[in-house]
Amino acid sequence: MTNGHHEIDHNIDIAPGDEHFEGGIGERVLGYLTGLGLAILLTATSFFVAGTDLVWQPSIPVALVVLAIAQMGVHLVFFLHLTTGADNTNNVLALAFGVLIVMLVIGGSLWIMANLNHNMMPMDQLMQMQR
Amino acid sequence: MADTTTAYAQSDPHHVRAVEYTGPASKRIVTGYGFWIFILSDMVMFSAFFAAYAVLLGQTAGGPSGAQLFDLPNVAIETGFLLASSFTCGLATIAADARNKFWFQIAMAITCLFGLAFLTIEGREFASLVARGAGPTRSAFLSAFFTLVGCHGLHVSGGILWLLTMMAQVFAKGFRADIQRRILCFALFWHALDIIWIAVFTVVYLLGSAA
Amino acid sequence: MLGKLNWSAIPIDQPIPMITSAVVALGVLGILAWVALKGHLPYLWHEWITSVDHKRIGVMYTLLAMVMLLRGFADAIMMRGQQAFALHSNGYLPPEHFNQIFSAHGTIMIFFVAMPFVIGLMNLVVPLQLGARDVAFPTLNSVGFWLTATGALLVNISLVIGEFARTGWLPYPPLSELTYSPGVGVDYYLWSLEISGVGTLVAGINLVTTVLKLRTKGMSLLRMPMFCWTTLASNLLIVAAFPILTATLAMLILDRYFGFHFFTNEAGGNVMMFMNLIWAWGHPEVYILILPAFGVFSEVVSTFSGKPLFGYRSMVLATMAICVISFMVWLHHFFTMGAGPDVNAIFGIASMIIAVPTGVKIYNWLFTMYGGRVRFATPMLWSIGFMVTFIIGGLTGVLLAVPPADFLLHNSLFLVAHFHNVIIGGVLFGAFAGYTYWFPKAFGFRLHEGFGKAAFWFWLVGFYVAFMPLYAVGMLGMTRRMQHYDVPEWQPWLMVAAFGAVLILIGIICQIMQLVVSIRRRDELRDRTGDPWHGRSLEWATASPPPVFNFAIPPDVRGEDAYWAMKRHAQPQDVEKTEPDYEDIEMPRNSPTGFVCAFFATIMGFALIWHIWWMVAAGFVGAFATFVAFAWRDHDEYVIPAAEVARIDRANLAERGALPGTAGSA
Repeated sequence: MTNGHHEIDHNIDIAPGDEHFEGGIGERVLGYLTGLGLAILLTATSFFVAGTDLVWQPSIPVALVVLAIAQMGVHLVFFLHLTTGADNTNNVLALAFGVLIVMLVIGGSLWIMANLNHNMMPMDQLMQMQR
Repeated sequence: MADTTTAYAQSDPHHVRAVEYTGPASKRIVTGYGFWIFILSDMVMFSAFFAAYAVLLGQTAGGPSGAQLFDLPNVAIETGFLLASSFTCGLATIAADARNKFWFQIAMAITCLFGLAFLTIEGREFASLVARGAGPTRSAFLSAFFTLVGCHGLHVSGGILWLLTMMAQVFAKGFRADIQRRILCFALFWHALDIIWIAVFTVVYLLGSAA
Repeated sequence: MLGKLNWSAIPIDQPIPMITSAVVALGVLGILAWVALKGHLPYLWHEWITSVDHKRIGVMYTLLAMVMLLRGFADAIMMRGQQAFALHSNGYLPPEHFNQIFSAHGTIMIFFVAMPFVIGLMNLVVPLQLGARDVAFPTLNSVGFWLTATGALLVNISLVIGEFARTGWLPYPPLSELTYSPGVGVDYYLWSLEISGVGTLVAGINLVTTVLKLRTKGMSLLRMPMFCWTTLASNLLIVAAFPILTATLAMLILDRYFGFHFFTNEAGGNVMMFMNLIWAWGHPEVYILILPAFGVFSEVVSTFSGKPLFGYRSMVLATMAICVISFMVWLHHFFTMGAGPDVNAIFGIASMIIAVPTGVKIYNWLFTMYGGRVRFATPMLWSIGFMVTFIIGGLTGVLLAVPPADFLLHNSLFLVAHFHNVIIGGVLFGAFAGYTYWFPKAFGFRLHEGFGKAAFWFWLVGFYVAFMPLYAVGMLGMTRRMQHYDVPEWQPWLMVAAFGAVLILIGIICQIMQLVVSIRRRDELRDRTGDPWHGRSLEWATASPPPVFNFAIPPDVRGEDAYWAMKRHAQPQDVEKTEPDYEDIEMPRNSPTGFVCAFFATIMGFALIWHIWWMVAAGFVGAFATFVAFAWRDHDEYVIPAAEVARIDRANLAERGALPGTAGSA
């Protein structure tokens, strides 16, 4: 049963990548320009941080990872139009599932392989033993 | 009546409750979502290559390491081209929504050029590495490097083939609904490739050189 | 010109593959000839090969699975035969041959029997249960099926041209590297799975999107049948796990073809990383197989107990919990590989935790049966057999999840018994239950009940006789995959196991007889109501077989067990109901895209295996051209006019009596 009171348009999801464009072309281009600008800023910062002596060295990997995640966020919001709106929930959930799997695969593999490598003899030494 | 429904909506902002599910989604949403799921599967595939790369990072077998091989200014230029191509792809999307063939083709053509520039720089980097004896067969680290970065490059190449096909389709048939859906999928793909590149240049090149 | 291929690739000196291939070739050619001579070829092409209808594709997947079951089982009975007699003897299978047999057995059973079987059932049933007209991407569905068939074809070609891998169903390096496996066997394995892996991924994307986006009006997620929930979980796992398989096999391909060093002994390769990555796929894979089977049991148990499924929400939670946790346990497949006790302990505990949601499901099925009027038709027998058998298999699994225990039992026949216990008792019994349950929906007539029951009993008893001794002999120290042995204590057990395999063979013969007899007696076994089992979900609201558009009017769902509610609410005074407003229906056109793509994929795969590079390029160009041709179509749908829809619907309703099922008794 549908009637004017039910928020029918909230039930309709939006396709991933689509954006609501009530604003007109100018606003949309501005959105992409903003995303481009932020991304350039973050990229430049990353390259700078990687090469400079001005930053406390041990923090560099963390800084780079944070900058990378921030830039991925910029891409997701400004280029892929992923929002926290109700019509984007399914898209965000799918992304969250993907991110979970990626973290499990990479994190789990690193942990396991580090553990194994710590315990097991390096292969070239093993091969030398054979000879 | 309106108050009750508004209150109801406020208490259930994401509409988890059963009552209002109105039926199957539109074709555009179905196609876009399905392609989104495919992109997530592609990300998982890349994560396997990333994991292999991270594990094999130190296995240079007496050969050169990343710090000795990577040319960061080169990478910066590559990154710039790919990022710019993402932007122009966004412009192409806007043009497609506005059903403007001229600007669509221009934006796609520029996207293609930027993508080809990216591939050329990457191809030259690979060639020079091989020429220096630092090809993928030299060590496990280099195998992992070439595979991860090369897989991304292969995806970009495939994307360019797709891009050209889309340009041809729009030229021949205009902005038919199914062609619009394919443009949506292409844009998703192209932006996703740039997201993966962020991970690549950070983890492989920047972290590799800082080491 | 032809790469590595030459006449010596045909194993003329080995009688078994030669005779088998000859028999198979004759059989295939015979069937093709009969089909062609009877004039059925156009029908086959238009109605089946180029079909994009999920029901047809589901049937083809299931048929592929059942045919490959015969091949996989032939391998099994050869192994049991070998091991029964190989005490102090070389048996009748030389080692190189025996190794190919156990490798082919596992590969075929997992990838070309279990996977197609569950995917086939999901394809056939899910759109019907959701009240949808088809899956989200029908042509892609066809592509997925035919690519899977390509993989199966390549594996079977290896029997007569070349050889198969000798590395087991997962090709561990360094044995699978070029240095130690220089032949084409591993390449057959790799390319066959890379190609069919694309097909599986496509099916995964299709089904996830279908469940999340194509449900009919009013069917929120929590009103979906349980089979659709398990389909969602299983296909999310496919989408998440199969890319890992693709990547890992690709790395091995790069090692073998281009001299890369991912898993080699030299230049820094890390063989253990292969095991890590492949099992990061491999563990979710077994849950991909079992979850749909769990879904089948939920449907069958509730239908044949005449009660709604007990604890629907806890079932949903359990299913999604299994989905997520299945990605956190994969190290338990290589406890002995050298990880420290902390890593082993955490994965061991996680492996035990994952047994809990399965336990929840079993209790829910039992409580569904409790207080119901249970009908012991064949699908219900399979379900009860599953419950007993799977519990035993699960228990041995939890035992193996204890790392110190696993150190003794890893790679013994105890392990082999465990996983056959859960795969046969779980996946295969579920597949057979689903096959028997939904056969009438697909074809309009039931399967012969007597042969069905006989098949069940022979399978059940045969399974226990074949595999319980393997638990014992594993405890006695026997390693898996042994071509011969010299411990006399093992032989009696292995002989009993061989006898069990013969009992299973009789069970399979019963199933073949069942199919043949059912087809011949189909008029007696005809089901005109579309609802032979007094079902509860929407697929039983359609005719059997359903019209191409599934539902003339998309159903409007108000609660769980949608069709049961429809039947209960149908009142006698509704007899004079007015006809619904029929509308035109757009359906996707059939397309040869899937078949043609697979044709080129087969050529590419074969050429890659034998290093025939020009053929690879030709195959690739062909495949790409097919895609472009498909994309260039102007008419991808056809319209069924409202009048035609009305005619079909009226005829179907008349068949089953005017009402959508006179209020069925429990």
